[in-house]
Amino acid sequence: MTSKRISSPEGLGQLRKGILSKRDPNKLIISICTMSVCGQSRGSVDVCKRFKDEIRHAGLENKVDIRETGCQGFCEREPVVIIFPEGIYYVNVKPDDVPEIISTTLVKRELVERLLYTDPTTGKKGAKESDISFYKNQMRIVFGNNRYINPRYIDDYIALGGYSALSRALLQMTPAQVLEEIKKSNLRGRGGGGFPTGIKWETTRNAPGEPKYVIVNCDEGDPGAYMDRSLMEGNPHGVLEGLVIGAYAIGSQEGFIYVRQEYPIAYENAIQAVKQAEEYGFLGENILGSGFDFKVKVHLGAGAFVSGESTALMSAIEGKVGEPKMKYIHTAVSGIKGRPSCLNNVETWANVPPIINKGAEWFNSIGTDRSKGTKIFSLVGKVNNTGLVEVPMGMTLRRLIYDIGGGIPKGKKFKAVQTGGPSGGVIPEQHLDTPIDFDELTKLGSMMGSGGTVVMDEDTCMVDTARYFISFCCEESCGKCIPCREGLRMLREILTDICEGKGQEGDIEAIEDIAEVMQDASLCALGTTAANPALTTLKYFRDEYEAHIKEKRCPAKACKALTSYYIDPEKCTACMICFKNCPTEAIHGGKGIIHWIEQEKCIKCNTCFEVCPPRFSAVRRISGEPLPPPPAPGTKAIREKKR
Amino acid sequence: MTITLQIDGKEVNAKEGMTVLEAAKEAGIEISTLCYHEKLKPYGACRICSVEVERKGRVRIVASCGYPVEQGLVVRTRSPRIDKIRKVIIELVAPTTMVDGEVAGQIKKLAKEYGANIHRFESRFRAKPTRCILCGQCVRYCDEVVGEHAIGFVGRGIERRAAFFPEKARACLTCQACFDLCPTGKIPSETDFVVFDGFSVDDYLAGKL
Repeated sequence: MTSKRISSPEGLGQLRKGILSKRDPNKLIISICTMSVCGQSRGSVDVCKRFKDEIRHAGLENKVDIRETGCQGFCEREPVVIIFPEGIYYVNVKPDDVPEIISTTLVKRELVERLLYTDPTTGKKGAKESDISFYKNQMRIVFGNNRYINPRYIDDYIALGGYSALSRALLQMTPAQVLEEIKKSNLRGRGGGGFPTGIKWETTRNAPGEPKYVIVNCDEGDPGAYMDRSLMEGNPHGVLEGLVIGAYAIGSQEGFIYVRQEYPIAYENAIQAVKQAEEYGFLGENILGSGFDFKVKVHLGAGAFVSGESTALMSAIEGKVGEPKMKYIHTAVSGIKGRPSCLNNVETWANVPPIINKGAEWFNSIGTDRSKGTKIFSLVGKVNNTGLVEVPMGMTLRRLIYDIGGGIPKGKKFKAVQTGGPSGGVIPEQHLDTPIDFDELTKLGSMMGSGGTVVMDEDTCMVDTARYFISFCCEESCGKCIPCREGLRMLREILTDICEGKGQEGDIEAIEDIAEVMQDASLCALGTTAANPALTTLKYFRDEYEAHIKEKRCPAKACKALTSYYIDPEKCTACMICFKNCPTEAIHGGKGIIHWIEQEKCIKCNTCFEVCPPRFSAVRRISGEPLPPPPAPGTKAIREKKR
Repeated sequence: MTITLQIDGKEVNAKEGMTVLEAAKEAGIEISTLCYHEKLKPYGACRICSVEVERKGRVRIVASCGYPVEQGLVVRTRSPRIDKIRKVIIELVAPTTMVDGEVAGQIKKLAKEYGANIHRFESRFRAKPTRCILCGQCVRYCDEVVGEHAIGFVGRGIERRAAFFPEKARACLTCQACFDLCPTGKIPSETDFVVFDGFSVDDYLAGKL
């Protein structure tokens, strides 16, 4: 077997030259996201297969390459097809669009207008990423390479200059210099804690005990968040390179990549990346001839949200139950098997190679005073452009939601944004101009967290939102300590009762008491932060709690137990649409006869409300006020004359 | 090396590696506990032993059973904030330990001491009272001292239970070391080894036991 091992920086340069020389710069490249769960679920694999078939059919194999990539960010418009070198950007591509793309764009070099992105606010079409507001306002230091890389193919990463930061760190810098550079960069942990990465590294480096471990935390689990998954799926070598550089700075010879079980593609891509990096000698003994040895094991998690907590994650790597322990001595000093262990989030590690390549000064030029660099957010919920976005720290929530996210769909009003996942909280309209960084959002009672950003519109009930996040944590708490286990159980019961109209006097005080004790006394960060959604909704939307408890009214008309559906006889034209769509046959009336809803049969599924044509808007949701009586049986509808 | 710290205004000398709880004990200052046992490693589950520690002007709340002593540390074992934590914790575990309208074992004493309203959350507690607060003393004693591993935790979160492993529980017939540990008196009152006959852990997990 001939060895592919690279044993010097020159060797890496030659390898890169070799890869580039084999690539025909005139060849077109079709980039499709097939290596991400979201792309796959929207049909990108079928589109890709169709491209392969049609290209073969047309005999274009020598002129066109297909690059299967991980997540490219604009998930809402997947399957997205990007055609390089120009970067022509097609959205919502279906397999049947493929022949036209080939004949028009690949052969005639013209645009397929109907597949271009249309801006929902301006109505303008954009041919390239740079024309699209979703991308225009981003700064993709970490995430931008995804679209150029097939994550199963290390050469794609090397072609972009991959592992050059490793070469630079290992051969031109001492471990102390690497550490100093990271410290100077002011990089802070992207997993949510925001702890200065350089100081964490230094603690592990200086802590007594051998071996020392370095670990990638890819146990992302916040509802609606998938930044780490997409990085691990789409650019695993970027993370791995950061890990090896960190290990060198810290003096660690052994590392782990902990991937949650629910991320099969990320797990597989991490394994492949480690294997390929070993073959080239970016892992193993005497890396790039530097004398530095380092090996990595990919560890598959066993499916527990709480395993993302450092002590729990390390217990899981040891083969024990993933359950938090007291950590008055940090894991950076005493982690896996009691040895110094440095755990950083996927995105944190992925920031390391760019910092080594471009320098701490460059990194410091991006972001706010105390939060440097960029942050990836998963922008989801009631927002037009959902997807993964990477922006400089300090961008305001308003710009994130409106300029990049394209605002709220269907002309609805913005109500709140939940940042930081179940540990974070909601932020209302009056704080939309807050710059996003580690410290500013914390001041509002929420946190930036790992980047989950759930936008909510006027139809969202804030008590129900709190109930949702509290229920999530209640199911994910390990159950070890009393404040978290019993506190969450009781918060869930109280919030559920309030949503069901069974709220009592004193409930708000009970929520506040429990939340305070959870924050003060829980064993780990899951418990100390789990009450935040309840506390922030109380802080900003206390009136909604009071309306639920005192008036048995849900202001957003979202809580089923407190909301009734009613057909306004003045507006109903007896068009039969709701009548036919009602799943429980609760709607009475008939052709020409005004419809009415039999409340006992109504399951409040919202179907009638949704299907009633907007020009009639006859179905109303009523909460906290008496229901008007139904019309007399057989009342005829007065129809406007057909124009 | 001797470390000097202050607990409730009193100068206390402790050895390096000791916890705040141990140092307090030696100095005759009592801190309430539910999951602590001197023969077992600190576990930090009940949080009743939470205290305020002040270091470089920064006040934190920590579990005294796990927090190591430090030179110059200022500890307060009672304060309005600490008493509230203990009171609410007792109120939260009260429903699960309720037997005939009264809370069991040490919970009763603590409820009185901290003025906890044991009925505060009763109407909202919809699970079956297990009488177990999951302090884990039985589990850990069996693991760390007896070495039998006959009892362990199953389930997660509010589904978490302490369970005897039938294949191992034969040893319990003669051992019974955990009987006196239980702060709510659940084990001696409810353990009847006959019920384990013919059952396996899988049965337990499937809800047959």
